[in-house]
Amino acid sequence: SLHTIPHSDKAKTVNVDLQTDATLQVDISDALSERDKVKFTVHTKSTLPNFKQNEFSVVRQHEEFIWLHDSFVENEEYAGYIIPPAPPRPDFDASREKLQKLGEGEGSMTKEEFTKMKQELEAEYLAIFKKTVAMHEVFLCRVAAHPVLRKDMNFHVFLEYNQDLSVRGKNKREKMEDFFKNVVKSADGVLVAGVKDVDDFFEHEKTFLLEYHNRVKDASSKSDRMIRSHKSKSPHCLIISTCLGKFFLKVSELFEKTRKIEARVAADEDLKLADLLKYYLRESQAAKDLLYRRGRALVDYENANKALDKARAKNKDVLQAETSQQVCCQKFEKISESAKQELIDFKTRRVAAFRKNLVELAELELKHAKGNLQLLQSCVGVLKGDT
Amino acid sequence: MAASSRRNPPPLPGAENQDPLSEMADEDSDEGEDIFVGNSNPVAEAFQPDTANGEEPADLFSEAETSTAVNSSITTSKSNGVHSDNENDLFAEVSVELSMENPSTTAKSSGAEFTPSLTRSATQPESMEQLEEEKDEDSFDMEVAVTNPEKIGDGMNAYMAYKVSTRTTLPMFRNRTFSVWRRFSDFLGLYEKLSVKHSLNGCIIPPPPEKSVVGMTKVKVGKDDSSSADFVERRRAALERYLQRVVCHPSLLQDPDVREFLERDELPRAVGTHTLSGAGFLKMINRASDAVSKMTIKISDSDAWFDNKLQEVESEELQLRKLHAVVDSLVNHRKELCGNTAVFAKSMAMLGNSEDNTALSRALSQLAEVEDKMETLHQEQAASDFFILAELLADYIRLLGAVRGCFEQRMKTWQRWQEAQSTLQKKREVEAKLLWANKPDKLQQAKEEITEWEGKVTQYERDFDRISVTVRKEFLRFEKEKSKDFKSQIVKYLESLLQSQQRHVKFWEAFLPEAKAIA
Repeated sequence: SLHTIPHSDKAKTVNVDLQTDATLQVDISDALSERDKVKFTVHTKSTLPNFKQNEFSVVRQHEEFIWLHDSFVENEEYAGYIIPPAPPRPDFDASREKLQKLGEGEGSMTKEEFTKMKQELEAEYLAIFKKTVAMHEVFLCRVAAHPVLRKDMNFHVFLEYNQDLSVRGKNKREKMEDFFKNVVKSADGVLVAGVKDVDDFFEHEKTFLLEYHNRVKDASSKSDRMIRSHKSKSPHCLIISTCLGKFFLKVSELFEKTRKIEARVAADEDLKLADLLKYYLRESQAAKDLLYRRGRALVDYENANKALDKARAKNKDVLQAETSQQVCCQKFEKISESAKQELIDFKTRRVAAFRKNLVELAELELKHAKGNLQLLQSCVGVLKGDT
Repeated sequence: MAASSRRNPPPLPGAENQDPLSEMADEDSDEGEDIFVGNSNPVAEAFQPDTANGEEPADLFSEAETSTAVNSSITTSKSNGVHSDNENDLFAEVSVELSMENPSTTAKSSGAEFTPSLTRSATQPESMEQLEEEKDEDSFDMEVAVTNPEKIGDGMNAYMAYKVSTRTTLPMFRNRTFSVWRRFSDFLGLYEKLSVKHSLNGCIIPPPPEKSVVGMTKVKVGKDDSSSADFVERRRAALERYLQRVVCHPSLLQDPDVREFLERDELPRAVGTHTLSGAGFLKMINRASDAVSKMTIKISDSDAWFDNKLQEVESEELQLRKLHAVVDSLVNHRKELCGNTAVFAKSMAMLGNSEDNTALSRALSQLAEVEDKMETLHQEQAASDFFILAELLADYIRLLGAVRGCFEQRMKTWQRWQEAQSTLQKKREVEAKLLWANKPDKLQQAKEEITEWEGKVTQYERDFDRISVTVRKEFLRFEKEKSKDFKSQIVKYLESLLQSQQRHVKFWEAFLPEAKAIA
């Protein structure tokens, strides 16, 4: 099935106050969902001289976003920055499965019920689609807003090169390599984290992030489960409303309307709460990665110092040791310098994002509750009125 | 159920004529609130002492007047079961049929004892049309309540005793207010007695709640958890509705067994009820009716009415069953949502603790609290779904079964008449043959038999006519009751949803400023 998305219809849920200045503005102006892939139209407006035009668009797929993200991660120059987390893979499997199940169960429900449920599942599919577009867009915007990353060569190629980047997905061997790299990294991470930091700020951040990340992970999964429960009530209410129609038309209408409101509540909770938590789960991981890189650099630096002392003591390979130590020192200091600011920015972004989303969540919950209330009041009034 | 056994019932005055109002006002405000107040949630755990319902003094019966009284055929907006406001006009011209003609009801053939407190002319309906014009007549001044379940005894011999309280102005009772203690088997016994006497006349006998071995065993064994509390409360409410339907029925109310049930201090233990529960009895009827319903011969002109109505009943029963299943699963889903919300709330609280921005941390904790409150709301809503909606549906599924039983009973009566007619025919043929064969003594016998069977045919025809009238009347009364019942219960349900939403609004309104304060 194909779906396109109008330009205006997007949800920038998790980012606030991004420095979108006129020199570089990026957004996803359109998207197309085909059988097993999504094609995003990345639209750029820029006054920077490096681009051939001031406004242009290219079509990109998910793998190309991942390629870009990975290129940042692997770039030593960017070791001192929080790399904006990669957008999650578009996943319509669950939704497709539901639509399929509905098709199979068509015989067991009335035409009316079937149509309604189909509409709802299609709306759900569309919502997932919108979300994945938003996630990919947020990634690009974060990159464009970052003072250093926005200048990256690969990023410009990504934005401008109007052919396929020929970025193939990782083959099995590469995936295995990645897997082992991650294992080593997390083991190393534990080692590195064990080293007490000289700097109080970073020591505090380390502890904070570790705990925060775990709790966000927990909150994210629990919120998902809760919202799923909320959504799963819908089909039952649908049947109730059609059955009650035989007895009380007004009540059936009421149920139908409140059901729709309930569905909106679940969808809004999903957007404002669940997505928020998911995003900060990923960002807090990226922040942790930054701390790990700094920690690694610190360990390397300390080791280099020890090696230098040894070399001086033995008076052997001193120059080599000095060079090595200097390199490590520079690397460490470079990372530390930018890392501090990055972490402060992360906090600011996080607080702002939570504020925005929690306020919007509360306002929406209120709106829906009041809507429900009104419907109930009017229905009760009508029922009591005509005896 | 913990809460209700805690409650000391208001002293129902036997000798004293004092309203228990004043006594109750001083005690726990939620005592007795849940007996008749339509809106409050009967689930023990969900008792919120701060709900609005607790404000009023909880006289057992004064509450009844503001909510569902006898048979909930009186909607919640009416104040008193007797003279409903907009029914006063009806009484001016009503022709009430006092169906005292049932041959099986013993001492009441003249309706002498029954003097309704309403002044209206009591005339017999002369035709079917008049019957159908009959207005609402079942607002007697009679209220019953089933309260205070108490566990008597221990172990497997234990049982629950329920207090049955009556308030009435009907002179056939000794007192105006009185109460007795009954157990579940007593209710079943009452049903059996009534069935035996009245079902053959085509009366719709309200079926009692079903037996439940599992549920009762848990209670007996002393499992003091919410599920057995729920079970007891569910049963209490069902018994109350059952009794209310019985006393609302004009003929059944006359039955001495009903009076005895309500009044007599000690009832002889109903035996044999372990073999024959309401469901068992119904099954018997159903089996018989299956055989009868295979007959598709049209009886008479008015039969189309019965056929149609029977079909309606059957399809409605199916609808209700479907609806009941769905409501059941809705209840389960809500409970699941409940659990997940609670878990999420805790998780949010933890996150709030981790957050080092003070304002955000506080906001997250507040959010956790809001979600906690949501959980309570979901739980209450689930209980509402269940206690109000699901039970209503279950009641009517059983009642529709009883209605079907009535129709089948009528068919059986018709069958009996037809068979008598064919027997008569055969006897006449025998007589004719004997006339030819000229056997005077056998002829005499044959003539006697013919007379006998002529009498039977007439009798059975009259029976059939009578039962047709009764069934028709019963059905119309049932339809009216059902419509009122559904309406009032659904209003009650919607009102509980409404309250829930109001609290919803309050919680989020309180949270919003906290969210805005994040900086």
